[in-house]
Amino acid sequence: MNNKTKNSIIVITVLVLIFCVYNFFIYTSKESEHPIELSSEALLGQKLWQKNNCWSCHQIYGLGGYLGPDLTNVYSAPNKGSNYIKAFLNSGVKSMPKFDFSEEEKNALVAFLQQIDSTGYYPNTEADIKPYGWVEIKYKNEK
Amino acid sequence: MKSKASLLFITFALVALLFGILFGLFATVQYIDPDFLKEYVPFSKMRPFHVTSIISWIILCATGSIYFFISKVEKIPFSLPKLPMIHLIVFFLTGIGIYISYITGNMEGREYFAFTPILLAPILIGWVLFGINYFITIRKNIINWPVYYWMWGTGIIFMIYHLCEAHLWLIPSFREHFIKDMSVQWKSYGSFVGSWNMLVYGIGIYIMSKIKKDESVARKKTVFFFYFLGLINLMLGWAHHTYIIPTEPWIRSLSYVVSMTEWIVLVHIIYSWKKSLSLKNKQDNCMAYKFLMAADFWVFLNIILALLVSIPAINFFTHGTHITVAHSMGTTIGINTTILFASVFFIVSKIRNEILTFKNFKISYYLFNVSLLLFLSALFYAGVKRSNWMYFTKDLPFSELQDSLYSTYIVFLIFGVCLVVAISYLATVLLKIVYNTLKA
Ligand code: HEC
Ligand code: HEM
Repeated sequence: MNNKTKNSIIVITVLVLIFCVYNFFIYTSKESEHPIELSSEALLGQKLWQKNNCWSCHQIYGLGGYLGPDLTNVYSAPNKGSNYIKAFLNSGVKSMPKFDFSEEEKNALVAFLQQIDSTGYYPNTEADIKPYGWVEIKYKNEK
Repeated sequence: MKSKASLLFITFALVALLFGILFGLFATVQYIDPDFLKEYVPFSKMRPFHVTSIISWIILCATGSIYFFISKVEKIPFSLPKLPMIHLIVFFLTGIGIYISYITGNMEGREYFAFTPILLAPILIGWVLFGINYFITIRKNIINWPVYYWMWGTGIIFMIYHLCEAHLWLIPSFREHFIKDMSVQWKSYGSFVGSWNMLVYGIGIYIMSKIKKDESVARKKTVFFFYFLGLINLMLGWAHHTYIIPTEPWIRSLSYVVSMTEWIVLVHIIYSWKKSLSLKNKQDNCMAYKFLMAADFWVFLNIILALLVSIPAINFFTHGTHITVAHSMGTTIGINTTILFASVFFIVSKIRNEILTFKNFKISYYLFNVSLLLFLSALFYAGVKRSNWMYFTKDLPFSELQDSLYSTYIVFLIFGVCLVVAISYLATVLLKIVYNTLKA
């Protein structure tokens, strides 16, 4: 092995070690001071969310497809909430498909959206934008 | 290994590309007419069809190209000569499985991997086979690797890692923690793209060094520096997806710092621009070279956009809008697809033993580049309007925003059609040549 190869291997090894430590912290992080765990009902909702590709038109925290609106805080938005969500699932407005969910499934999706809502804000309109480009976002459980 | 497996990879890649852009077109029509064939080609199916086909194009073409370069251009025999064909068969059957899973609505997966998660297993097997063969072969035959061998090797390993990471949600205790789950999900996507970029950029450097007949392109200290910088960003710099998710602040600040190192890349591009343009080479009219030049231009535009949206204060406004799509399609079409077209043109000129010159492809080449620019501009404009709607209008319903963007979506569709025409022409010509070689 010549020197150049050796150097490359050393650099890569160091980087990979950093990567391992980094991943360890991310995978085991508590994500926030008051982490929210999804209930089993919400987990069923998540399953339906994936199976029916809600994500292909909707976003959560701005991530997903863009044909429909973001749903992070639809549960707590003024004049929206549980019945409003169910109404959309029943009727299929515009490009949104009409779904044939049982009452239990609709409740599960609502529970999923409710628990997402409790994790934070999006859009985070009260965030504080700093001059050096950083954004101090507002967390939901901080007072 | 005969060139059969590598050329079949490229054939399937081109077919996936042709299907992929058609699905994209169908998806776009629903922006304009939400009821258009809503029952048969709903957006919720067309988007995953589009994105999966397009990712397949990138990955299959990159894989086929690497197999071809090693065995046919470098003339290094693979240590395990049967594996490429097995790899191909595994991927082919998995591809069929994915489409069946989509058509029948078994889409329990998540964005980008919407198929039923069992199909992850054969995908991983394919990559492991590729990796084993690659490392054994290259280690045995080459000492002092040029940078592209490092890049391909890195790409393969991190691809395997991040494919697994993207499926950590399958572990129940993991997906219960919604915020962590979501940030790891998008971390993995950022790095997944970083991994295929290692494969594709490596291909770009490879072809450039062959066209210029100058190995130093792939051996200089600076290219190694940029390779390591790219690797750091692959590992730690998936920032702009997740600034807005309420994770712990250190995760977000670290990503900010890491992604800002990419400014070095931008400065370097501007600095070395004149040198690369003033290069006079008798081959500078060949198609492969032309597409590499186009990639240069798109790298420049996209890196500016990527750098800007990686600044949290800007990301705050662009995140969750079509500016993100402009970024992702801008890079996957402008950079990945152009480099891969360069690669296929290079391969075709090798198998036919003649160079395909720019003359015959002028129209489609310009149509491709110009319509891409306008296509992305329309997306960008839609993104600005959406951002304005999110942050500066109060209580305007979503449907009114969509209505106000009607003419923008029409423009998007028109240039989308132009893009489809240009890509279809280029892909069909290449497909014909590759197919005829396979038949002969
Ligand atoms: C094909 C695209 C598509 C799919 C798939 C889809 N939606 Fe929608 N959805 C839309 C569109 C578009 C709207 C906005 C309609 C309007 O207001 O004009 C919408 C609106 C909504 C709303 C009301 C949002 C608000 O703030 O007013 C909810 C809630 C919703 N969808 C939930 C879901 C759920 C849950 C799923 C999955 C089971 C789903 N959607 C799947 C396109 C889709
Ligand atoms: C080589 C060509 C193409 C590539 C590589 C490509 C790539 C992509 C990628 C990666 C995404 C996902 C974006 C994201 O998640 O942020 C996407 C989405 C999309 N693409 Fe393409 N694309 C191509 C061509 C086209 C064409 C020709 C059209 C239309 C005519 C099109 C229409 C769309 C639409 C409508 C979406 C979904 C946007 C949304 O979520 O609202 N694409 N494409």
